[in-house]
Amino acid sequence: MAARALREAGRRRRGWAAEVGRRCFSGGSAGAAVAETKEGAAGGGKAVNLFTAVNQALHIALDTDPRAYVFGEDVGFGGVFRCTTGLADRFGKNRVFNTPLCEQGIAGFAIGLAAMGNRAIAEIQFADYIFPAFDQIVNEAAKFRYRSGNEFNCGGLTIRTPYGAVGHGGHYHSQSPEAFFCHVPGLKVVIPRSPREAKGLLLASIRDPNPVVFFEPKWLYRLAVEEVPEEDYMLPLSQAEVIRKGSDITLIGWGAQLGVLKEACEDAAKDGVSCELIDLKTLIPWDKETVEASVKKTGKLLVSHEAPITGGFGAEIAASIAERCFQRLEAPVARVCGLDTPFPLVYEPFYMPTKNKVLDAIKATVNY
Amino acid sequence: MAALWLARASSQLARRAARSLARHGEPSPPWFLASAPPPPVLGPPAVERSRRRGFCSVRRFAGESSAAAAAAAAATAAVEEEPENGFAAGADQAIDFPGGKVSFVAEMNFLPDSQRERINCYRVLDDDGRTISDSKFQEVSKEVALKMYSEMVTLQIMDTIFYEAQRQGRISFYLTSNGEEAINIASAAALSIDDIVLPQYREPGVLLWRGFTLQEFANQCFGNKLDYGKGRQMPIHYGSNRLNYFTVSSPIATQLPHAVGAAYSLKMDKKDACAITYFGDGGTSEGDFHAALNFAAVMETPVIFFCRNNGWAISTPTTEQFRSDGVVVRGQAYGIRGIRVDGNDALAVYSAVHAAREMAITEGRPILVEALTYRVGHHSTSDDSTKYRPIDEIEHWRTARDPISRYRKWVQGNGWWSDAEESELRSRVRKELLQAIQVAERMPKPSVAELFTDVYDQIPSNLREQDQLLRDTIMKHPADYPTDVPV
Ligand SMILES: Cc1ncc(C[n+]2csc(CCOP(=O)(O)OP(=O)(O)O)c2C)c(N)n1
Ligand SMILES: [Mg+2]
Repeated sequence: MAARALREAGRRRRGWAAEVGRRCFSGGSAGAAVAETKEGAAGGGKAVNLFTAVNQALHIALDTDPRAYVFGEDVGFGGVFRCTTGLADRFGKNRVFNTPLCEQGIAGFAIGLAAMGNRAIAEIQFADYIFPAFDQIVNEAAKFRYRSGNEFNCGGLTIRTPYGAVGHGGHYHSQSPEAFFCHVPGLKVVIPRSPREAKGLLLASIRDPNPVVFFEPKWLYRLAVEEVPEEDYMLPLSQAEVIRKGSDITLIGWGAQLGVLKEACEDAAKDGVSCELIDLKTLIPWDKETVEASVKKTGKLLVSHEAPITGGFGAEIAASIAERCFQRLEAPVARVCGLDTPFPLVYEPFYMPTKNKVLDAIKATVNY
Repeated sequence: MAALWLARASSQLARRAARSLARHGEPSPPWFLASAPPPPVLGPPAVERSRRRGFCSVRRFAGESSAAAAAAAAATAAVEEEPENGFAAGADQAIDFPGGKVSFVAEMNFLPDSQRERINCYRVLDDDGRTISDSKFQEVSKEVALKMYSEMVTLQIMDTIFYEAQRQGRISFYLTSNGEEAINIASAAALSIDDIVLPQYREPGVLLWRGFTLQEFANQCFGNKLDYGKGRQMPIHYGSNRLNYFTVSSPIATQLPHAVGAAYSLKMDKKDACAITYFGDGGTSEGDFHAALNFAAVMETPVIFFCRNNGWAISTPTTEQFRSDGVVVRGQAYGIRGIRVDGNDALAVYSAVHAAREMAITEGRPILVEALTYRVGHHSTSDDSTKYRPIDEIEHWRTARDPISRYRKWVQGNGWWSDAEESELRSRVRKELLQAIQVAERMPKPSVAELFTDVYDQIPSNLREQDQLLRDTIMKHPADYPTDVPV
């Protein structure tokens, strides 16, 4: 599955990108332009952490498309999470630069740049600080194509932003605001779970002809290390991945939460419960078919995310699966999520959807 | 580039200050208005007039309804015969436009992007802590002067010790105000306790001045049960209702519009008080900064916008933040009076804020203060600033431009302070701090119940349910949870 998903773009992409003129992102042809699948690409490559994988993707994005730009607060010296290290030196200050401290400016500027046929790769320093840009993202980026009857689009736009808990981030360095953006037709929302995923999904997001909000699990920037192919490759958007096969219950998550879910699967297995684990990867438009097929098999579903439970994207998944799999469900869909409070500092361990909370919910659902 | 700018700015400080002082010739009460811009053109009468006329009544200025225009009346007859064409008009042609009369000119003059000379900077103390001859400043009593000094020292020591505590892993985060002690303490000293403070995060000295104890600071940084924020926010996010100091919020510049609203309330309540909000050079790029200044001018609110222009926003130098002459010039575009002040000169900061407060309250108007200074420390404990700025730049500001030693020279020059008192102060504060840290560290955290309070005024049913569920989970898996948080 992972191997199928890995796609090599390489030279062909380079040629394609160079031919793209101004305002050429309207066709939705980027997917078609993706080169053939390269079997076995999943293995190999150096073991790197997640920020390095992001950094590699940005190097490739800038290298393969002369119309690509990377910018944001403190991006010039490498970014506060080191994701943009070396880019300004290699590609120059015209293509990689610091912006003034203004998220609405970053998003608005990026939309204009993208609308002129460029790949605007904007960084918002923390997802917690994306809200000044909310109007630009929701009312402008998301509707640019639709409102003009496809006269204009800003499909070259990708907004990267670190999200989620880190153990000591308190209210404003911990939030997971993905659900807000999932409520906005016209945007894509993508969240990787590991370095290899981050590189492939980021390159796919950058090259996708739609505006994408790309949330990076900041807890994993240094923590997650795995072998990442050095070459240019993309992983498909809107394709979930079954990362562990099982028969008793389906677990779905995204980003850093998959680490928690994986551990829960292993512990559940010791108790004889077989869990199927799915990484959703793209939250909108999401891959209902993969989830549906799994739930039809297991008859049980658990969704887990760090964001507050009420109105979280888990609610959307639960509702959709209840609609599609009502007859096959043997228990109510379980949700193990963040609490309905602001993200608290001292109480972070209490707030989090921990492994044991997941395990308890697995047991309760399986024994329903 | 930024390094150059700062160096240049600092070397020019003295010359500019001298030049500005030369202009302070005759004493005209109040002294601080001598350097203020001329009375605003957009006063209330003009607004009244334009309202009567309606928006955009394009016509030659005939002067029939305005006393100010009477002088132009003589020329009116001749002008009346020329075609209705702005570009052909002579200098005596004008239109009455909302806001007042606008003259027509034949030349196509674009406004320059900046003035030829940078706005000068008000200063009282020279580098050696001597008052610059002829300098005008607000007198400070010996008592206040000494309190200012000892609080500046206290802030410095608090920063050193808390920073070290973070390095030792005892608190999760810290951020110093090094190099900005004069701004912190002197601005606070010029205010009254009834003035409402809306801070960014590098102004704990204001709170210190108002009586927040070292124990209270420590309690917040350790997030223990005596922290007013109940352990919910990161260290340095202080706040105190008692001391009229709104709780720090990490998102940049959001507090600026709040300050305008708070100031409007003070005005409606006819309070003898203003609001003051602090922010960095970086903060001036946010939309909230512009919204706040415009609101403040239009609503005529008694608010002081205090910008700490310390040259850096994390790794971004001011040259990549804005291309205006700093921040003070932005005020004028919004119709706001402003002053640039040497932020490392305690007496200048004190005097400027004292005067700003006076004008804000008595005239019901916002004032913009831009203090030139330097962020001597790293941005925070998450940052290593040697990655993006030269060490000798930091060293220069840390030593040669240190606001505390400059002010100490002045205090000592007055015979108010001795070396013996200095070492007594330093060792006392250090002891108090170490004690405060020990107490704060041993103090239990707030209980789990507080996780669910204050989301709303009362706990709604979803949170009651989650509280119960959480308690069950804690019972089942006690090892997952910290032992210092009472359940
Ligand atoms: C809305 C928002 N965007 C980004 C950040 C991240 N951030 C924290 S401090 C800072 C720089 C602030 O610089 P400045 O306003 O000059 O204040 P200083 O730190 O120099 O005192 C940035 C970008 C934030 N806290 N809030
Ligand atoms: Mg700054």
